[in-house]
Amino acid sequence: MSDTPRPPTGPAPGPAEEVPLAGLERSGARRALTPDEARRMAAKVHRVELAISLVLRVGVVASVLVIAVGLGLMFAHHGSWVRLDGPVSYRALTSATTSFPHSFGALGRALASGEGRGIVVLGVLILILTPVLRVAVGVISFAYEKDTPMALVTLFVLAVLVGSFFLAGA
Amino acid sequence: MTPLDFVVSLALISVAAGVLGSLVGLGGGVVIVPVLTLLYHVDIRLAIGASIVSVIATSSGAAAAYVRDRMANLRAGMFLEVATTTGALTGAYLTTLLPARFLFVFFGLILAYSSVTTFRRRHVDAPLTVSNDRIANYFNLHGSYHDLAEGREIAYKVVGTKLGLSIMYAAGLVSALLGIGSGALKVPAMDSAMHLPMKVSSATSNFMIGVTAAASAGVYFIRGQIDPIIAAPVAAGVLLGATVGARILGRTASKTIRILFVVVLVVISLEMLQKGFLS
Repeated sequence: MSDTPRPPTGPAPGPAEEVPLAGLERSGARRALTPDEARRMAAKVHRVELAISLVLRVGVVASVLVIAVGLGLMFAHHGSWVRLDGPVSYRALTSATTSFPHSFGALGRALASGEGRGIVVLGVLILILTPVLRVAVGVISFAYEKDTPMALVTLFVLAVLVGSFFLAGA
Repeated sequence: MTPLDFVVSLALISVAAGVLGSLVGLGGGVVIVPVLTLLYHVDIRLAIGASIVSVIATSSGAAAAYVRDRMANLRAGMFLEVATTTGALTGAYLTTLLPARFLFVFFGLILAYSSVTTFRRRHVDAPLTVSNDRIANYFNLHGSYHDLAEGREIAYKVVGTKLGLSIMYAAGLVSALLGIGSGALKVPAMDSAMHLPMKVSSATSNFMIGVTAAASAGVYFIRGQIDPIIAAPVAAGVLLGATVGARILGRTASKTIRILFVVVLVVISLEMLQKGFLS
């Protein structure tokens, strides 16, 4: 799979006899688009696709890097974890009573003291926020391409997502 | 087993989970939860937290490629997210109202039924060329993708958006209620009800599951279910696996993906029925 975007080709031959109308290269038509309109639409959609793909890639790479640094620090701070016949079992770190930051206050304190597990949690939070960010970028991209119906649909999804985060905190 | 052995072995298993999840459009929780609870004897609450991380990692890791290569139908995915996120939000309120046992049996049977319908479509997997679906036309949810296995561009039309939306609502509901099975309902909704090609259904489901999972991930974090020593190898391994899987999907025949999906679906439905009858 190359990094250069393939030129989008139009979908299936629709009703070919239909007269192409100008300005219908966005959603909102009450009929199927003609091949020509569909091609212009595909070009617009592809710009949105590239923007969203970029957001996902940046989020993924950022979270992996932060998680790797955090994991490295965890092992650097606890030399006994690395030894093959070490005294520490992983069970102590994965039981129901294991303590780790799970509120924003605790996360801030863990980060301030440079704890590896705090940095890992930060990386995981970046990963969790990546889909939310890509929905937000979707709203902006569809609005920029003047695709009002899709922009509204995406805005609704964003509102529900943000609402669910507030409900979680409550 | 020292923490280092744990992290390394779990990361390797997570790579496999990421490859499988990105191919069939599920989050990899199917692999991660049983591995953590049965193999490593990790607390079930922490295993479910890790599975949410794995779903988001599969989704973001694979969708970056699927969206760029137009394998996922971006418009259809974002349109259907209206139903999945609303379903997830309602589910969060219903958790205490409905007995989990009944839900496991109910959705176990539904998944068993959809594995049959998905399997039966293996010979009639031809994309539609005409659609009179008014919603699909209004939002222009139709699309086309380049099939590397067949070496040609495949255009398809979308139908049955109302049925698709209803199943997607149920998918959001069940993922919030039971913590599993959101991708398992999304793929049949797109493949059987809306007639998207199998690979597009899988790729679009991949694209969508991250958003559904993100809607409940905040709760899991606050409840203390996301343990860093488990989440780190799972996230890193699954992301690597999903990136690899996203490269394989285009080159694999649709029928192979369909059969693989049906096998995983049967396993999930048996798991759910077992939980419903034996818990």
